Amino acid sequence: MTARALPAPVRALRRPMGALAGGWLLLVILMAVLAPLITPYAYDIQSLKEAYQPASSAHWLGTDEFGRDLLTRLIHGARTSLSVSGIAIFLSVLCGMVLGAAAAWFGGWFDRAVTVVVDLTWSFPEILIALILVAIIGPGTTGTMVAISVAYLAQFTRLTRAQILTLRGETFIEAARSLGASNSHILRRHLLPNALAPVLVSAMLATGDAIILEATLGFFGLGAQPPVPSWGGMMSAGSALIFKAPWIIVFPGLTVAVTVVAINLFGDALIAELDIRNRMGGRA
Amino acid sequence: MTALLEVSGVSVAIGALPLLDGISLSVRRGQILGLVGESGSGKSLTAMAAMGLLPLIGGRVTAGAVRFDGQDLAGMTEGQRRALRGRRIGFVTQNPMTALDPVQRVGDQVDVVSRLHLGLSKSAARARTIDLMAQLRIPEAGAVAEAWPHQLSGGMKQRIVIAMALAGDPDLIIADEPTTALDVTVQAQIIQILGSLVRDRGVALLLITHDMGVVAQICDRVAVLYAGRLAEEGPVGPIFAAPAHPYTAALIGCIPQDGMAKGSLHGIPGAVPSARAFPPGCRFHPRCARATPECTRDVPPLLPRGVGSAACFHMTPEAG
Repeated sequence: MTARALPAPVRALRRPMGALAGGWLLLVILMAVLAPLITPYAYDIQSLKEAYQPASSAHWLGTDEFGRDLLTRLIHGARTSLSVSGIAIFLSVLCGMVLGAAAAWFGGWFDRAVTVVVDLTWSFPEILIALILVAIIGPGTTGTMVAISVAYLAQFTRLTRAQILTLRGETFIEAARSLGASNSHILRRHLLPNALAPVLVSAMLATGDAIILEATLGFFGLGAQPPVPSWGGMMSAGSALIFKAPWIIVFPGLTVAVTVVAINLFGDALIAELDIRNRMGGRA
Repeated sequence: MTALLEVSGVSVAIGALPLLDGISLSVRRGQILGLVGESGSGKSLTAMAAMGLLPLIGGRVTAGAVRFDGQDLAGMTEGQRRALRGRRIGFVTQNPMTALDPVQRVGDQVDVVSRLHLGLSKSAARARTIDLMAQLRIPEAGAVAEAWPHQLSGGMKQRIVIAMALAGDPDLIIADEPTTALDVTVQAQIIQILGSLVRDRGVALLLITHDMGVVAQICDRVAVLYAGRLAEEGPVGPIFAAPAHPYTAALIGCIPQDGMAKGSLHGIPGAVPSARAFPPGCRFHPRCARATPECTRDVPPLLPRGVGSAACFHMTPEAG
């Protein structure tokens, strides 16, 4: 009772699957952050003499059609992919929580309007919404970011709204109110913090989907524009050379797959550690 | 000494549905009033009315007035009422299992009340919290203050909830069935703690319960509610010696006694009628052994009887 428990993400890392998945994610994030320091080449230096080389001691993962080092581009691609999907999900969570909380709190026509619009976007596949938005805003990292955050907005708005509506009837809200707490105090100190844990877990899992969505948009040539590398863009270039130089598409593809699986496994470990039922105290 | 909380002739409706009909009761400092009735009789609604929280559930006072320390609650702004809640009226909720925010340490939840109402600094509030917790016989109060709600037992949580109610240094405590969700042994401790608060601090306590045994144990006065009306009100001693209202008598008959023969513990047949279908006349008549045609037709008025009052056409004569 007296010991302060470790935070849930740290406890998730202590589970075997959590450690494996978390280790991979930390590695990818670290590489993304340190990209210019640890990569052996510059990502945009072409050397046509060295094009289409398979893995060697000079180029661990080989080179692409312009003779650029694939490992270098993969690590720099992690930068683009992770930052675009990460920032997009962060924006999405932020807007979704504000919108969902406001809808649940004010109710009435505002709630109905938000619900209708959100449900409308919910009824389309995310990729379709993202494509439409990129078409409007124009390709590039900013466009991709906005498109992804809007594509996932419905999920977080709905989740937050549902959480707040459920929490509003809890006894501890009644208790806070009967002890003189104001509306804003209840919203800030009780409702939003309680709604946060499920939203964060869902954001974690959505980040995996967002990486795929970012890669898809990149594959269509709508993401980061050349020569800036992104995992989707690299796969797009490699797809035409799949028989000539398969490593160009295989390595970024594997990286996307492993990273997304790792995010999901880590998310599972996190859910197990958060154990919502346990938190609610004996009502399981 | 005048009453601290005075509820006079209060009727409450939610929408068009009348739920409370002319409830009158009062509590003084240093006194414990038990508010008794079955589920659905309007006990919690009376508490909501006393705190001015009815608008929250869509309710309103249609007649009568609630006065706290001589001031009419209806004449105050919502801001003034909010300043009253927690500062001068402490509230102990029904279910300690869900009365604490699961994502805040329990000490912080007590701190915030005294910081808000008494303007204490963070460290002064914590010192006060630990002091209160120790008074409520929480062992290792400093460590418990750092705990999360799910790490504490039901009895411990209820003490934290009581500490929250006390943190604003209130004059009146309203406790809504504070022991319902607890084990019998823990119930006894909580009741004892509440009783000593009244004696040591001179606060007034409105204790909502459906347990006549608890009333007999610590209350000074008792008000019996039935289907939104007051059945009987008065000092505990005389009422338990000779209840005037058949419903009060029936509730007292539900307390198990030592050495009772098997099968001699009585329940009350039937259930409290729904507010949508209150019977005409005396609302207790469908379940009453003494009911006459008069009871099905006319509403019995609340009349003085000895030191209390009761609403029945066929009152039992006073004892002695």
